[in-house]
Amino acid sequence: MLDILLSLLVLTGAGFTFVGSLGLLRLRDFYTRLHGPTKATTLGVGCLLVASSVYFSTHHTLSLHEILVTLFLFMTAPVSAHLLAKAALHLGVKSLAPVPPAAGPGPDGIGKPKP
Amino acid sequence: MKRLLPHPVLTLVLAALWLLLVNTFTAGHLMLGLLLGWLIPFATASLWPQSVCIRNLPTLLRYVAVVVYDIVLGSFRVARLILGRPASLRPAFVTVPLELRTDLAISLLANTISLTPGTVSVLLSEDHRSLIVHSLDTGDATTMVAEIKHRYEAPLKAIFESC
Repeated sequence: MLDILLSLLVLTGAGFTFVGSLGLLRLRDFYTRLHGPTKATTLGVGCLLVASSVYFSTHHTLSLHEILVTLFLFMTAPVSAHLLAKAALHLGVKSLAPVPPAAGPGPDGIGKPKP
Repeated sequence: MKRLLPHPVLTLVLAALWLLLVNTFTAGHLMLGLLLGWLIPFATASLWPQSVCIRNLPTLLRYVAVVVYDIVLGSFRVARLILGRPASLRPAFVTVPLELRTDLAISLLANTISLTPGTVSVLLSEDHRSLIVHSLDTGDATTMVAEIKHRYEAPLKAIFESC
């Protein structure tokens, strides 16, 4: 019974990670592509970690290492996504969505040349 | 008291972190964890210009639950969008005006927005009064802003800025 539950968790995790990576291929500009691998994987990795924690807790001793992995992932993934997006704005990467004046390269934006 | 124990919350967090790292729970490791949690804040005091204050523990727990729920729900939504027709997506940059004033609360809000699937926080305006968010598929920008303010900003304000 437990094995079935664990297999389901691992498969769900792998599925979400796969779909997240597939987003890289299917989405059409840098900003939308950013959503695939950074996000759909959150739940994917989450499922894998829950499975790992339950497996090792039932087969060996209580294992809560995985909480740390989740914690560090939740702290670092948004920061890297934010920095990638911010760098893309600075460089004026092609975007499907209209870039707001405060963000784009231009007289008001962050891309403006510094005096 | 304040000088002997500058960051009580950080001390507890570091002790818990240590116990998770060694992956065993013994009295010795608990003591060692508390000792590290007591000493490390002195070494890193300059990284914490404002002391952190947390009010409303129930609100904090509810906030965490809401974020986890949104991550699960949002993951399914993003997966469907990726597997659906990418050509019909309506990506948009949305500006969210901020009511939060402390750096910690703003960075937590930005992190939460990036963590929930479908939205990434892109840019904080120079005066820290608005946050530009990129959304994968936006129906109505006003509704999205209202949702972010209601679901994330209001609780963060109650937790971190009420003292």
